[in-house]
Amino acid sequence: MIFGMDAEILARAQFAFTISFHILFPAFTIGLASYLAVLEGLWLKTGKQVYIDLFRFWLKIFAVSFGMGVVSGVVMSYQFGTNWSRFSDIAGNILGPLLSYEVITAFFLEAGFLGIMLFGEKKVGKGIHFFATCMVAIGTLISTFWILSANSWMQTPQGYEIIDGRFFARSWFEIVFNPSFPYRLMHMVLAAYLTTAFVVGAVGAYHLLRYKGNEAARTMFSMAMWMAALVAPIQIFVGDMHGLNTLQHQPAKVAAMEGHFESHKGAPLILFGLPDRAAGETKYAIEIPKLGSLILTHEWNGEIKGLKEWPKEDWPNVAVVFWAFRIMVAIGTAMLCIGLWSLFLRARKRLYDATLFHRAALAMGPAGFVAILAGWFTTEVGRQPWVVYGLIRTKDALSPVSVEQVAISLALFVVVYGIVFTTGVYYLLKLMRLGPLTSTPDGGPGEARQPMRPLSGSDIPLDKPE
Amino acid sequence: MGIDLPLIWAVIIAFAVMMYVVMDGFDLGIGILFPFFPDKRDRDVMMNSVAPIWDGNETWMVLGGAGLFGAFPLAYSVILPALYLPLILMLIALIFRGIAFEFRFKSNRTKPLWDRAFSYGSIVATFIQGAALGAFIQGFKVAERGYVGGAFDWLTPFAVFCGIALVGGYAMLGCGWLIWRTDGDLQARMFKFMPRIGLAVALCIAIVSLWTPIAFPKISERWFGPNIFFLWPVPALVLACVVLLIRAVKLKKDVQPFLLTLALFILSYLGLAISVWPNVVPPAITIWDAASPPESQGFLLVGMLFLIPIILFYTAYSYYVFRGKVGDDGYH
Repeated sequence: MIFGMDAEILARAQFAFTISFHILFPAFTIGLASYLAVLEGLWLKTGKQVYIDLFRFWLKIFAVSFGMGVVSGVVMSYQFGTNWSRFSDIAGNILGPLLSYEVITAFFLEAGFLGIMLFGEKKVGKGIHFFATCMVAIGTLISTFWILSANSWMQTPQGYEIIDGRFFARSWFEIVFNPSFPYRLMHMVLAAYLTTAFVVGAVGAYHLLRYKGNEAARTMFSMAMWMAALVAPIQIFVGDMHGLNTLQHQPAKVAAMEGHFESHKGAPLILFGLPDRAAGETKYAIEIPKLGSLILTHEWNGEIKGLKEWPKEDWPNVAVVFWAFRIMVAIGTAMLCIGLWSLFLRARKRLYDATLFHRAALAMGPAGFVAILAGWFTTEVGRQPWVVYGLIRTKDALSPVSVEQVAISLALFVVVYGIVFTTGVYYLLKLMRLGPLTSTPDGGPGEARQPMRPLSGSDIPLDKPE
Repeated sequence: MGIDLPLIWAVIIAFAVMMYVVMDGFDLGIGILFPFFPDKRDRDVMMNSVAPIWDGNETWMVLGGAGLFGAFPLAYSVILPALYLPLILMLIALIFRGIAFEFRFKSNRTKPLWDRAFSYGSIVATFIQGAALGAFIQGFKVAERGYVGGAFDWLTPFAVFCGIALVGGYAMLGCGWLIWRTDGDLQARMFKFMPRIGLAVALCIAIVSLWTPIAFPKISERWFGPNIFFLWPVPALVLACVVLLIRAVKLKKDVQPFLLTLALFILSYLGLAISVWPNVVPPAITIWDAASPPESQGFLLVGMLFLIPIILFYTAYSYYVFRGKVGDDGYH
């Protein structure tokens, strides 16, 4: 034990820390890759200069984010073995191939189309370049497909048999397309799109606040706000379906999300409160009567099971799940409001000169990232105490390594990620502040810009000259 | 007769690891050589020579790691906890080095800082890879499908020696690469450096080749039993490579030194494979023990067979594009 923490909680903290860092970059690049494909497509169709300027601007940011995602992803692919080796042995026959497919797809992309997309604009024809951009966009989605399939299988396992305490694949189709997978995939892809839309919107708003006539800023701001207005409502609908799916397969998780300890018919919706796991109640709850049942069962008097239906050792950390869920929902609602506000301003033709709205959009820039993290904390902490839901407990998945080793490595990761990603994010913000319309030199032999190195897709200096 | 999937997978993973060792080997070697070449212009040329390809080189490590988890989950779940701290350190060293590579090109005032991160990162990562290799040869304490040894079981004089030897080995590969890719003054200095580092590495290979059969009876049996009749070419070829390497440097050949250092690595790798075969976790877990069932290995094999040719093709293509000598400002 170190500071009262055992190897299990430290290993979980390490996974949470490294994956929380990691998920931000792929989530952003998934959305950005599709956005780039749209921009290039619009440029090819209309021939308008502003689209290709925007394409080149966001391509640099894509390159740096992709590089950061690869760096933090390598660590993830080893962590299943270092910290969770029992789990790797027990479930490796199923998760090994799924995770390997994710890695293979990601690297296939890097080896194949990314080089052309980042560096080939002047080397290949327009059509081939657009094709490469589309392939990168599709590839990021295929990568998402595999990783979410693996994750969903841990939440709602099927298609397996257990022999001598280890999992064996019985049907790959059932494994890949497990019950929560379609909902989780949709919810995550839309989250990635919304996150990107709000970053693009914030960058657009920042440049509009400086100069309202900036055409590139107007275009990206308008596109981002269309995205917010259209996708935020869809995301709320999909999120609701995902919640109903969770109620069907993981009712204890939903009970923790809602803060219900007792089962009720006609359950209230708890807006806020302090879930107290030890006491088994949500204190100071502010409730709306019957609404909880209506949302989850679509009946005024539908029954909702409380956590007390399950033994206490099967409860997740209720407070974390409860609050993370509320943060996610609050941000989703704020995104919807921004979308509606944009429609209102657009109808009055004031989208580009509503300063207050631009400030709000700027403030909402990082909102998608926070919402994604909150959503992941909801679903992953809500999965506890299981690593494969209902089948293997997290404590039985741990590596036989000492608490000191896990503590040391966690400390190292915190320090190194702090340095590396602070530099990376500083650099990204610097690129965003500069804005579009900076010319891009040719790449190729003898240049600092080289294929195969995503980060060299940008040539803006990191610091001031000597 | 059925297809021996574990054997196919063992070959794929061994191939991926070998590709990683020789390819990332020479670009890590450039970081190891950095302290000997403090001039900024030299360093620019050295880094430029691997700038277009180092990232692709590291792909092979990820492919090997992912393949190991997919095809031999038992090996993955034993080896990674056994080498817990060294592996974490290696990943961190590689992160630093990779980021240094990128930000060095974009920095002005902070350049010396990134230089240091690049050099130290390369040395630490290489030393750990060598030590991990030593630990692998030593074998791991296993009970009930899990590692049961301590956190520092890997840290033995043998492993430390392997670590130092690999630092020398990668420096040699890097030196060979630079002889090929540079010209003028820098190339001349690399020519001077090569015999020294080459002989040091040859000495290390000789020591490991004697140390392993003495310390590990199984390896002694493998090499000095009746097998010696068809295994003797391996050490003989190693010797021939060293002699040819010295000669090629004397004759100031451009490409030959690098090819010969590659040959030395491939032969040593082959020797290692002969020593541990058919174990994937020495001393007792074979590739068949650790294999995931055929439905898992087969499922993943489909993707791998599609991917590996594409990676090989793209790698060859980018080496072709960036062929020739590197000058102060990049490729000529």
